[in-house]
Amino acid sequence: MQPDPELTCAELVELVTDYLEGRLPDRERRRFDEHLTGCDGCTAYVEQMRTTITVAGRVPAPELPPELQERLLEAFRGWRPPE
Amino acid sequence: MSDRIADPTAAEPVRDDDVRDDAVVMELLASDVALVDRLRAGDEAVFAELVNRYSAAMLRVAQLYVRSRSIAEEVVQDAWIGVLNGIARFEGRSSLKTWIFRIVSNKAKTRAVKEGRSVPFSELGPEEPSVAPERFRGPEDRYPGHWAAFPSDWARIPEERLLATETLAQVEHAIAELPPAQAIVITMRDVEGFDADEVCDALEISEGNQRVLLHRARSKVRQALEEYLDAA
Repeated sequence: MQPDPELTCAELVELVTDYLEGRLPDRERRRFDEHLTGCDGCTAYVEQMRTTITVAGRVPAPELPPELQERLLEAFRGWRPPE
Repeated sequence: MSDRIADPTAAEPVRDDDVRDDAVVMELLASDVALVDRLRAGDEAVFAELVNRYSAAMLRVAQLYVRSRSIAEEVVQDAWIGVLNGIARFEGRSSLKTWIFRIVSNKAKTRAVKEGRSVPFSELGPEEPSVAPERFRGPEDRYPGHWAAFPSDWARIPEERLLATETLAQVEHAIAELPPAQAIVITMRDVEGFDADEVCDALEISEGNQRVLLHRARSKVRQALEEYLDAA
């Protein structure tokens, strides 16, 4: 069997989400990992992607107007639970 | 992360004047069946806790459909009324959380159409390279398709800078600039911490489309972050 051709960096950046989501087939995943082992640029890129996800998770939640909660609780009190 | 309200195991203590033990309430909140039973029975503390837990995330998602803060607030309110009206028919085929987000997503979508916008999830957005082609060596190079210059090592950036208010604002801005379907998917996945199945279920999209939208969104947000961080 012919060995799989090496991934280029330009190809790897298109697969990074499939990789991080665990959706790459085994063989593709091996090619991906092999490329990462020898490529500092792609290692840095994948790390940047992971950091992007972490930073996105820290974006603060929008503040809710207090009257929204009040209105909802009022609506709840006026609501008749189903029989 | 303690500020994630989307995590059902990280429920905040219920604000409740009742004498019910916190642990009992927690246990109750961990189970959809028990929650839905309490809601159907008219338990206001349970409703208040759900409102506390999900409304900010619902507002964030709604705003990506309708773009106006005040309309998004109306959508969230309508969605909760929809939850109450539909609770008798909730069958537990989805989790309560994804069911609630399906309702807010549908209400927001309807409202967006009324406002002259639409958010088609079948449109994945233009197919663009995740990284600008000029960042890679050309076909005449000895190593075509390899980095011309490596991306920088963000492990060297101090955490205070990565998580600074200004950095977070850049990310939030980059997300707001995305095509709406991409913005909604990355917001639910990465900002609110939903898993892939929850997003597919709430938005009624295929796993493949969810992943394409997420990939395009993350690639662009990474790029925006790179432009910001590397400029310093």
